[in-house]
This record gives sequence, structure tokens and C-alpha cells, in this order.
Amino acid sequence: MAWTEKEQQELDKILKKYPPDRKLSAVLPALYLAQREKNWLDNDDIQAVADALDIPVTHVHSIIGFYTLFRKEPTGKYMVQVCTDLPCALRGAEDFYRRFCERMGLPPTGGTTEDGLFTVESVVCLAACDKAPMCQINLEYFESLTDDKIDQIIASFREQAKIQQ
Amino acid sequence: MGNELIDKYVLFRHRDVENIHQIEVYRANDGYRALEKALKEMQPGDVTNVVKASGLRGRGGAGFPAGVKWGFIPKDIYPKYVVVNADESEPGTFKDREIMTYNPHQLIEGIILTCYAVGAETAYIYGRGEFAPVFRDHLQQAVAEAYRHGYLGRNILGSEFSMELHLHLGAGAYICGEETALLSSLEGQMGQPRSRPPFPAVEGLYAKPTVINNVETLTNVPPIVLHGSDWYRQYGTEKSPGTKIFSLSGRVNKPGNYELPLGTPIRYLIEECGGGIIDGKAVKGILPAGASSAIIGPDKLDTTMDYEAMAAAGTMLGSASFIILDETVDAVWAAEKNVKFFKHESCGKCSPCREGTFWLVNVFRKLREGHGTKQDVELLETIIEQMKGNTFCLLGEFVVPGVRTSIDLFRDEYEALAVAEEETTPGPAKDLIHTFF
Ligand SMILES: Cc1cc2nc3c(=O)[nH]c(=O)nc-3n(C[C@H](O)[C@H](O)[C@H](O)COP(=O)(O)O)c2cc1C
Ligand code: FES
Repeated sequence: MAWTEKEQQELDKILKKYPPDRKLSAVLPALYLAQREKNWLDNDDIQAVADALDIPVTHVHSIIGFYTLFRKEPTGKYMVQVCTDLPCALRGAEDFYRRFCERMGLPPTGGTTEDGLFTVESVVCLAACDKAPMCQINLEYFESLTDDKIDQIIASFREQAKIQQ
Repeated sequence: MGNELIDKYVLFRHRDVENIHQIEVYRANDGYRALEKALKEMQPGDVTNVVKASGLRGRGGAGFPAGVKWGFIPKDIYPKYVVVNADESEPGTFKDREIMTYNPHQLIEGIILTCYAVGAETAYIYGRGEFAPVFRDHLQQAVAEAYRHGYLGRNILGSEFSMELHLHLGAGAYICGEETALLSSLEGQMGQPRSRPPFPAVEGLYAKPTVINNVETLTNVPPIVLHGSDWYRQYGTEKSPGTKIFSLSGRVNKPGNYELPLGTPIRYLIEECGGGIIDGKAVKGILPAGASSAIIGPDKLDTTMDYEAMAAAGTMLGSASFIILDETVDAVWAAEKNVKFFKHESCGKCSPCREGTFWLVNVFRKLREGHGTKQDVELLETIIEQMKGNTFCLLGEFVVPGVRTSIDLFRDEYEALAVAEEETTPGPAKDLIHTFF
């Protein structure tokens, strides 16, 4: 379970940003904390957020459903989000994405690699349209990509995961 | 310094001054001097007045005069808030990210001046969730530096004025860029729009008076306060003064952000800044305000980029996110991409938007998969007619002009896809009804 003393301390700090009677404002930051460790939220994480903020767990569920950056299903250790929205697509991002999925051994729509390391998906505009093709990996920006460049980046994440094991 | 049209950058000062993201460098280059001037020599109302006189208009899309908006804040209700819109999610827009990354102190100084002008003691910058690295690696540092130097916190520069500035990240939802949805999101609710009135100026964050402005809007404030409104008006037109950042993307050789005086012709942006179209091809269509745009054709290349001229040309300046289509682009494909974007981002609160985008995506798919009939093209037109004026917020309204103008400008491409036999029963095709239920 991802909610420990450390998360609680961080949340206490975050809560200082909002008026004392407006704890609910911290629901997104609290969910980010809960999701940090394993990249998705299980029922315990969700309950922990509800308890920490003293709000109904149903509200936390509706928040998670509304915002795209929270996930209730297990995902890869690394979320690879390739933008294929119109400005990027005008610079070849759709074909780039298809080729990338193929090299990752995934269907053209993306998915999670067999080793569970990478979840690949196409997303809408990430405010980097002049540097297409581009992606975010766990929200870090990688821009002006080529096939070689993204393969190298993926390889370095694989290395990183190996070292961490 | 600057570029061919402006001798010094007003907003993108990092392009003139290296490392201006560092507070020492910013200070050595006029940084926080506007704030010193305001706190020592100006009443809060004077700050609002100079911004009013400058004619600065909101850069988030609607172009509403910033100083006028500040003037709506009631004097006798406390606390008041300033909320900065850093949601930047309109496809084709990537200017606020550059400001926050490379010139964050000018934004922060603008926020402090705004708070001083309206009497707010708390400000939030609301960024889209995907800006987490921008906030963590750039903005947060700059805010911490500003606190250390006494520009934020208690008794700023020894004055009576105190304020706190906080950063807040959303979590992936285009609609949170709409100001009332943004406030709901900041309060910990789903990011769904609220009805107006009451306007945020009267009942905004936590039902208190709130100014909401875009990142680029507030980045204009320090130079206006420091140099005055006449200086500011040396650029731009009478009704659209100042410089503006144009985000140029799509089929040009050099996509990127370009800061130019408002009133510069589109042709200049594409040819001089963007290095023309890839492989010397011809322009086919221009989306001046991202996915929400009415598309204009190459006959409009000499239109000047200011709020009035763009409206007269049948489109809008919006956030000035110019997406360029060239003759190699399939117009129906491009319209479908944008419709899919809006379907994905519809918050689901009102049915014209939720159902309308759903139907549009289905009809587009049917056309592009080769099962389209003439009736389907008409159906697209019927759907947008039904959405127009009937959606709860502008998101649904934003879908209409792109589809409308795409069909008007490129009708032959739509008709070329209407290859299947005419259906005998009028109304939506059976397979569509099937997917709906
Ligand atoms: C669907 C929708 C999305 C919007 N997205 C943004 C955005 O990402 N950033 C922004 O500054 N304004 C956005 N706006 C405009 C805001 O509602 C609001 O007008 C703006 O923040 C006001 O600031 P300004 O006057 O400085 O432009 C959006 C509006 C709508 C209807
Ligand atoms: S369209 Fe891909 S980052 Fe904007």
C-alpha cells in the first residue's frame, strides 16, 4: 500500500496552500501522491485519499473517472504517451506511432508490453506541437523524436529498470 | 536583439537575455523594477488604470481587456483571489509552456502586480497535469527564489502588501482551461463548467471575487507598469495593442513560437518566420486558433493577425495557435481528428455536446471507411446545426466552426467520399443507431 507516513507528511504540507476549510482542493495532489509508487490506484489507495481528506470515497472515484491522468488498472512501470493529435499528425506522428507500437511488439493501438515495463498509448496535444513527433514518459517530455531516438530512450529505461531490480 | 519587427522582445525576453530564468539575471535586466515602482509610487488603482490604458487584451482566447476585468472586482469583499490559467490544452498551443520554462519571473512579477492591483493576497497558478515537469523543474524554483528575495510573502519589499503564490496541477482534462471549470477543479470537484452569472469576478474561487487571466496576459503586465501604456502601444493596432506569441505548427518548415506585433499579416508568419511550406507546396487551409478554429483558405493569407481582422475574415485569433494545412493534407481526415479531440474532451455535462460529438465521430468514420452517402454529409451539417447555440459551455460550440468551414471550403472532398448507395430511409444510417445503443 502506497500511503505511508511520508505521503501523509507531504499532504500536510500541500494542505497549507488552501484555506483550512477547503481540504477538498487537495484531492488531485493527494491522488498524485497515492499513485506515485506503482503508477495506478488500487482500492486501498483510493480509500486512503478519502480518509486523509475526510471526504466520501465515491467522490474520489468520480474524480478519478473524470481526469485522464489517474488509473484504476495496473499499467506498465513507464507510461509512454505519444501525441498523435492534429498538429503532430501533420508532421508524421501517426505513422511514427504505428511503427513504434510494432517495434514494441504491440498492436497499432498500443497496450502494455509483455514484461509489464511499458504501457504505450496515443494521446491528444501536449503543448509541444513544434517538436513532433514527441511523447511523454511518466510525464517527462521527449521531443523531436526519430525511430532511433525513441528506441534508445526505451532502451535506457529498460536499463534503469534492470538496475532498480 | 528582438526580431525584424520588434527591436526587443516584450514577452520572450529569454531570447534576448541568456539565463533570465535566474533571479539575479532577471533583476539585472529590469526584473522586479515594475513591482518596486508600483509599491513605492502607485496606488493599486493606478496599476489597473495603466493596464486599462495599455489596451492589453486577454491572451487565453477571448481577448477581453484585462484592466477592465480587474475593474469588476468588488472592493469590499474579502478575501480575493488571482488565478492564473496555465492549462494550455488547445491543440496547437505551446506558448505558455515556453514562458514558464524560460522566463518565469516575468510571469511571477505580473501575478504579484495583479494581486496588488485588485487587493488579492493569494494567487494560484493552475497548470495542466502534464506540465508537472515544467512546474517542478522551472516554476517552483523561480517561485522559491522570489520568496527568498522578499518579492512574495509578508510585507513585500517592506510595504504593507503581503501575498502568497501557490502552484496547483490539474490531471488531464481540456475543459479545465475554461475558467469556471478550472475553478471547480481547483476546489477539488470534477472540472465541469458552472453557469454564469455569477461571474468569477464576483463569485469565483471559494465563491470569492477572483481574477482569472492567462499566463501570457499577465506576463505583459510588468513591462506595461514599468514603461507605461504609450510605450506598450508602439506595437500592435489601436484595438489590439502590443505583441503576441503566435504558436505555428503543421506543414511549415520551421514550426515554433514567434513573438510579433499584433496586426502582422499571416503570410509573414508562415513565410518569414516559418520558412514557408514543406517542399514548397501550397497552403490549403489555416486554423488560427487551434482545433476550435473556423478554417480559412489561402485567399486570407494577407489578413492581419489581430482580433478585429481575424473576425472580419470569418474566424478568430483566439490563442493564436496557427495550424497550417498544405495541399497534401486530406481535409476530411483533418476535420475528423479535431472532432475526435472534442469527443474525447467533452465533459459529458450537456447532451448536445456529448451526443453531438459522438455522432460526428461516427459519421466521419463511416465516410472515411468508404460507406458514406450524400445524406451523411448532410447529417454532419444537421448535427452541428443542432449543437450550435445549444451547448452548456463553449467547448461544444468550438466543434461547430471547424466542421462547418471544412465542409464549405472542401465540399468536393466530402462528396468524393459519399460513394455508397443512397439510403432509402431518411435519417441516420442503421449501423450508426446500432453503435449508439
Ligand atoms: C473549452 C475552453 C478551453 C479553454 N482553455 C483555455 C486554456 O487552456 N488557457 C487559457 O488561458 N484560457 C482558456 N480558455 C479561456 C478561459 O475560459 C478564460 O477566458 C481565460 O482564462 C481568461 O484569461 P484571459 O482574459 O487572460 O485570456 C478556454 C475556454 C474554453 C471555453
Ligand atoms: S499536437 Fe502533439 S503536442 Fe500538440
